[in-house]
Amino acid sequence: MSEQMNHPQSDQDQADRRNFLKASAAAAGLTVAPGVLLYGIAHSRPEDQAVSDKVRWGMLIDTTKCAADCNACVTACNTENALEGRTGPQDSQWIRKVSIKNLQTGAEHHLPMPCQHCEHPPCVDVCPTGASFKRADGIVLVDRHICIGCRYCMMACPYKARSFVHEPLTEQNPEVPRGKGCVESCTFCVQRVDRDETPACVEACTADGHMAMLFGDLNDPESEIAKALKGQRTTEIRADLRLNTGVRYQGI
Amino acid sequence: MASILDRLRTLALAGAMAGMAMAAGGLQAGVDLPKLERGKGDKCVEETQFMRRNHMELLKHHRDETMHKGIRTPKHSLKGCVECHAGAKTGSVAASKEDFCSACHAYASVKLDCWDCHATKPGKRPIHSIPSTAGAAMPPMDSGMAGGHR
Ligand code: HEC
Ligand code: HEC
Ligand code: HEC
Repeated sequence: MSEQMNHPQSDQDQADRRNFLKASAAAAGLTVAPGVLLYGIAHSRPEDQAVSDKVRWGMLIDTTKCAADCNACVTACNTENALEGRTGPQDSQWIRKVSIKNLQTGAEHHLPMPCQHCEHPPCVDVCPTGASFKRADGIVLVDRHICIGCRYCMMACPYKARSFVHEPLTEQNPEVPRGKGCVESCTFCVQRVDRDETPACVEACTADGHMAMLFGDLNDPESEIAKALKGQRTTEIRADLRLNTGVRYQGI
Repeated sequence: MASILDRLRTLALAGAMAGMAMAAGGLQAGVDLPKLERGKGDKCVEETQFMRRNHMELLKHHRDETMHKGIRTPKHSLKGCVECHAGAKTGSVAASKEDFCSACHAYASVKLDCWDCHATKPGKRPIHSIPSTAGAAMPPMDSGMAGGHR
């Protein structure tokens, strides 16, 4: 089922890396390779402790740094979550590159669109079974053990962020179960966030040198993201809906 | 409703247990008894006898803890079961009728939907190669905000 996940790196390496990351997460920034800075997250939560609303995870996307010809975030998302990578109307896309053009001025902007992880998520409002829910730390998820596949949430989402799995799947990532008959969407890579890593898209954008995506705790005034939000003009897409999105944009 | 289910469960378990007791005693029953491969390590995450009867409760409890509260203790995790109980031949807990979970469930006529989504083989985390944009092929974008997704 998971042959594609096999790679030469041993479990031991993985464990070492994880412990290393954990140990250094308290530092503001951490160099993983020359020129590559990963901003560490200063909230190590023991694995037996529940998430709390002291934290609210969010993302800031700088569209002026998002390159037209780059798809690194989308590719990383597909790899992490074992998505098929197709982009038809019935295919699963957890993050999409969107291009917008001002017809008057000709100005073009490119931006990645994941689930916006709203404070007041319409998908959760309409879900008849309680499968759509918001975790205490602001991550909006589908509990696929409860989802009946009705797709009301897909219609309610103003960002077209959710997908429905139409066909049986194989080759899932053991950490990211997915299957036919359920709705799914960006989870902020919850399996990574829970071990103090950033979402795969953010890691890829940073590793590729664009630094267009920043992930962190909106509630922590000392976090990079909170400082950036305080210091710069940022936008919520469809702010008129007053959903208080966890994903914010700069430059549009 | 619940009490009928409880009774049925007790019956199913009694059936499976009786079968295994006979297998242990070398008795021959009318049906092929499940031969279970031993898991990795010395012992299971709880007493063997307790696991036979209660593994489904542990899994369902842990599922909700992980999903809703982000609690990721390895002890009662489904991923953990798969890592220790994957069969030597198939590398899976449920690829063939001999594999650990399916052998017993086939015997007790239990059908799970878990494997529609959950991997039945242990696997490593995906590795992200440092991407390079130079000349990277871009798949066509489905970027319209209106209509579309079904
Ligand atoms: C439609 C897809 C789907 C099906 C079917 C499904 N799960 Fe899950 N399961 C998930 C997702 C998604 C998660 C969340 C993974 C995460 O955040 O790490 C999950 C997480 C879990 C977890 C916590 C993670 C772990 O590995 O311990 C357990 C336990 C679990 N499921 C048990 C079950 C059991 C038992 C069944 C069958 C009765 C089942 N699931 C069926 C999608 C599914
Ligand atoms: C550390 C490795 C390990 C993990 C993790 C593990 N097991 Fe086990 N399990 C074993 C071993 C070893 C045995 C055999 C124990 C014995 O013979 O007394 C066993 C026995 C069992 C049995 C009884 C089998 C029989 O002979 O009747 C069941 C049922 C079981 N495990 C289910 C599970 C489930 C469900 C999980 C996940 C929640 C799990 N195990 C996780 C190692 C493991
Ligand atoms: C000793 C025999 C035995 C083994 C081995 C076994 N099971 Fe079970 N399992 C059962 C029986 C019997 C039931 C049904 C009892 C009931 O209805 O509550 C069951 C039910 C379940 C259920 C609940 C099904 C539902 O729809 O409510 C889950 C989940 C489950 N098993 C998971 C596993 C997993 C995962 C493994 C392998 C790691 C495993 N079992 C190995 C005997 C076994």
